[in-house]
Parts: sequence; structure tokens; C-alpha cells
Amino acid sequence: MMTLRGASIFVVALMASLLLASSAAYAIAPEQMPTPQLEARYLALIHGFRCMQCQDESLADSPVNLAADMRREIRDMLLAGKTDEQIRDFMVSRYGYFILFKPPFVLKTAWLWLAPGVILLIGVIAALSIIRKRAVLAATDDEDNDVMDA
Amino acid sequence: MSRFSRFILPLVLFALLVVVLAIGIRQSPDKDLIPSPLIGKPAPDFSLPSLTAPGQRVSSAQLRGHWYLFNVWGTWCYACRMEHPMLLKIKQMGLIPMVGLDWKDDRADALSFLKEQGDPYQTIAVDHDGSEAIMWGVYGAPESFLVNPEGIVVYKFIGPITQQDWEQHILPRLQTGATAAAPASS
Repeated sequence: MMTLRGASIFVVALMASLLLASSAAYAIAPEQMPTPQLEARYLALIHGFRCMQCQDESLADSPVNLAADMRREIRDMLLAGKTDEQIRDFMVSRYGYFILFKPPFVLKTAWLWLAPGVILLIGVIAALSIIRKRAVLAATDDEDNDVMDA
Repeated sequence: MSRFSRFILPLVLFALLVVVLAIGIRQSPDKDLIPSPLIGKPAPDFSLPSLTAPGQRVSSAQLRGHWYLFNVWGTWCYACRMEHPMLLKIKQMGLIPMVGLDWKDDRADALSFLKEQGDPYQTIAVDHDGSEAIMWGVYGAPESFLVNPEGIVVYKFIGPITQQDWEQHILPRLQTGATAAAPASS
């Protein structure tokens, strides 16, 4: 009984420490920028780039070394007076559009942006035609109100 | 409602979906291999300290005029150690010199590793802080770039090169590129 209780306390303690450890791992040391404006641009930029090693995380959230190196590069470029546009162009010139979480609208990515709209349009047209047919059916169908479908 | 819109149309749409998904699944092994935007473009200019010759530098200018295989590695990288025997083999073939980029490595570790295992490289540049790797769009070691005499990146290989990769992907590009006036890019 006591051992069971002891074990459960141990498990709870273990889970708590794991939680603490994981939250610590996610808290990437913020690199301080000299002005609030630069800091804001820096944060916006690093949230917009993908970490190439852990592809569903942004550079801001990733604990891997490469992400830290990239953050440092971005920081250096900002301090050297580069614009956001220039920094984005640099990253794309090295890693391709893949590094951007929000890909630009260019010929190569057009389908990515247009496909949802096209699919939605097809769905709307299909739904409208079905609704119209049903309405016609219902209008001709006042007398017998049993089964709608054959 | 006609037989077509009731039965055949959904079937056709389903078949189309199957085709789209099948293409997606077939191409999924390439998902981890992100195509490099450097292909067909000049390799980054660099001038970095040499690993093996202290005080000297390795620069892209020195490398103009001949083919080379730019190999990004580090002693901390397990896949690079796996690749190492193949690099020694490539050196033995003598078809193309290899230029190493020792990526975020410990100098002493790198030197002792090469002393133990053999050094396949013509020269090795040191990228101590990882900024040169970013210039090349590197996201994991080993990565190898095939660069032609004009300094254009012809091909990028991601992961450890095997005998098969060498024969299928690198050697043909080297041969066609060496004979053709305009080097092939893919």
C-alpha cells in the first residue's frame, strides 16, 4: 500500500519535472536587439521562417543549433541595416520558398493559392445545383408527403 | 437525376482523387530532400581558414577552373562517418577533387579523425560558427555540391553518398558536364 502510494507520488513528481523540463526547452533564450523597433522586426522575421531541420517549427520556436545560427544571421543582417525584404530574399536564395511559412504568390506557387478557391467554387456550384433540383422536386411533391427519394 | 451524375460522376471524381494521392505518395520520399535554389547558380564566394594548413585560407577563387565536390561534414555527424569510406574511394578514383567544409566542429577532433580514418579532401575549409553552411543552404550533414569549372553549382546531393548514388547521380553529371560545353543542371 505504502509502496504503491510512494510510486504514485514518484510518478507525479516525474511528470511534473518532465513538464518543467519541456517548458524550459521551449523557452529559447531571446536575443536582445538594441531598439524595440528592431526587436519587433526580428521577432516577426524569425516567426516567419521555417526551421529546416524540424520542419513544422519556426526559427523562433526551434531549439536546434541550425535555427540558432540562422537567428544569429538574421540578427546580424538587421543590425547591418538590411530591410526585411532583403533578409527574406537572402533566406529564399539559400533555402528556397520552402523556408517561408507563408509562400509568396508566384507562378510556381500559384496552384497552392488558387486550388482551395477552385475547389470551393466547384463545391458551391454542386451544392447550388443540388439545392435547385431539390426545390423543384419539393414543389411538385406537395400531395404525397411520404418518401422523397426513389 | 441521370445515371451519370448519380453514379459515374462520383466514381470519376474518386478515381481522380486516387490518382492525385498516388502521385503524392510516390513522391513522398523526396519530401525530406528540399531542392536547392543554388542549382544552376554560382556557388557562394568564400574565403575561410584551412583546417589542415594553419594560417592559410581556402577560397572559392582558388577553386575556379576545375570541377570539385564540395562536401559538408563534421566529426559530430554520424552519417558523415558512414560516408567517409566512400569519399576515400572517390579520392582513389581521382576523377574529381573534394573540398571539405568542416561544419561547426572541434578542430582537434576533426584532425584526429582524419589522421585515423584517412583524409579524402584536397583542401578543407573551416566553418566555425555555421554561417558558411547557411550561405550554401545546408540543413543537415552530409551534403555534397557538384561545382563545375565556371563555379556553377550543378547538383546537390543530400545525405551520405553510396557507391550507387555516385554511379547514378554524381558520375553521370560529371561526365556529361565535362564533355558538353554547357554543363547539365537538373
